[in-house]
Amino acid sequence: MLRLPRYIIYDILRNKIILAYTLLLFLISTGLFQLEENNDKALLGLLSVVLIVVPLVSLIFTTIHYYNSYEFMELLLSQPQSRWSILLSEYSGVAVSLLVAYGTGVGLPLLIYSPGPTGFYLLLAGLLLSLIFCSLAFLIAVLSRDKAKGIGIALLLWFYFALIYDGVLLLLLFSLSDYPLEKLTFLFSALNPIDLGRIFVMLKMDIGALMGYTGAVYKNFLGKETGILFTCLVNLVWVIVPLLLAKKIFNKKDM
Amino acid sequence: MIRIEHISKEYRRIQALDDINLFFSRGQAVSLIGPNGSGKTTLIKCILGLVLPDHGRIFVHTQPIETSPAYRNQIGYMPQIGRYPDQMKVGQLFKLLKDLRHSDPAKLDYELYEEFNLSNLFESRMHTLSGGTRQKVSAALAFLFNPEILILDEPTAGLDPLSSELLKKKIIVEKEKNKLVLITSHILSDLEDLCTHVVYLQEGKLIFYKDLPTLQQETREQKLSRAIAHFMKKNNPIAPLN
Repeated sequence: MLRLPRYIIYDILRNKIILAYTLLLFLISTGLFQLEENNDKALLGLLSVVLIVVPLVSLIFTTIHYYNSYEFMELLLSQPQSRWSILLSEYSGVAVSLLVAYGTGVGLPLLIYSPGPTGFYLLLAGLLLSLIFCSLAFLIAVLSRDKAKGIGIALLLWFYFALIYDGVLLLLLFSLSDYPLEKLTFLFSALNPIDLGRIFVMLKMDIGALMGYTGAVYKNFLGKETGILFTCLVNLVWVIVPLLLAKKIFNKKDM
Repeated sequence: MIRIEHISKEYRRIQALDDINLFFSRGQAVSLIGPNGSGKTTLIKCILGLVLPDHGRIFVHTQPIETSPAYRNQIGYMPQIGRYPDQMKVGQLFKLLKDLRHSDPAKLDYELYEEFNLSNLFESRMHTLSGGTRQKVSAALAFLFNPEILILDEPTAGLDPLSSELLKKKIIVEKEKNKLVLITSHILSDLEDLCTHVVYLQEGKLIFYKDLPTLQQETREQKLSRAIAHFMKKNNPIAPLN
């Protein structure tokens, strides 16, 4: 069972792309810590980079990897293995590679320059985001047979979560500002893993001004600890649900 | 050995397979013939469980295939296009597949592996191999586990004449061992020396399933290509044979 993920990880780690990703994260992290005297400011800068870069790379890398492994998966499926075990092996292979890349690229500098709870939360947020967008990419890839279409959808999804979502939320809050929106805000933020990741770290840092509207609502309603726990749990849902949906589709898919 | 009952499959409003009924038994070497898009590969993929039919059932050794993936232990499959992870070494690929099949090492069949000199490529990475060499790897993998059923999708396409002959010889040897071999190919002269039966598909429909002597007798042609052409002319004067 664990053989296949091992071979997939070996194959991916020998691929220069994931090494380049690790190096990029490493350079950005050390660079930010070197340039910025104040550690908290450096962490904030790193957080905004992580929230943009990690989802994008996880989505695109996973989608492309899936399409490139298509024929190999066909061969594996013609062996006495269930579909779910093949999909799970592929998933864990890619996911572990992404986690290793992020863990080294961001984790090492954090350990050197800013060891402490806030750094740990930033690390955890990035790891969760890697898993979430890996799951989402698998869902996209099993849905669409065409590689170009799959990558296009992955990019659109990233645009939505990273850029469009904030604008829509802001617009909604402005136009509905006469109504009590706090409960709705929970729902909205839970619908965006990137926002959740941000709130997750911000709650730990406790910088009110930078928390944003959703973050402030979390803090006021749930308190710091419950808020952190809640965001963490919702993020786990974001990892599992797309993967289970992908499983369901993959089990009935014609190769 | 393989029983196919009323299999139908529709792909994007195209009827890829239309109510196919077939029975294959041991010692047969069956050629699946038909124009491009006639449903040959879809039929093979249905047997392998890669494509799920809309209607109908397939049995391998009286066991319906959807119950468990274990039946694929008895099948060796050589795909039309073999693509493998770029950085994987040939040796690793063989080791991986051996692990996945929990096979008895004593039963492994390295004949093709040795004849194709793949041990020289043991340390080569997959992306350095040519298309033909990858085909050799696929072929050696299909035969490696000594399966009772061999499913070969365009096995000789892309192989050099020498390797192609080696593969054909191996197919005949396995057939003689009372195994079942299913082959699709467009190169009818290749199939001629190999097959005992012919399945002809067109637009997803089974046109005929006959053994070779019957076909030769009915058409009064000795060569398979002529016999098929004769049959097609009789049935459908404009059917292209490619």
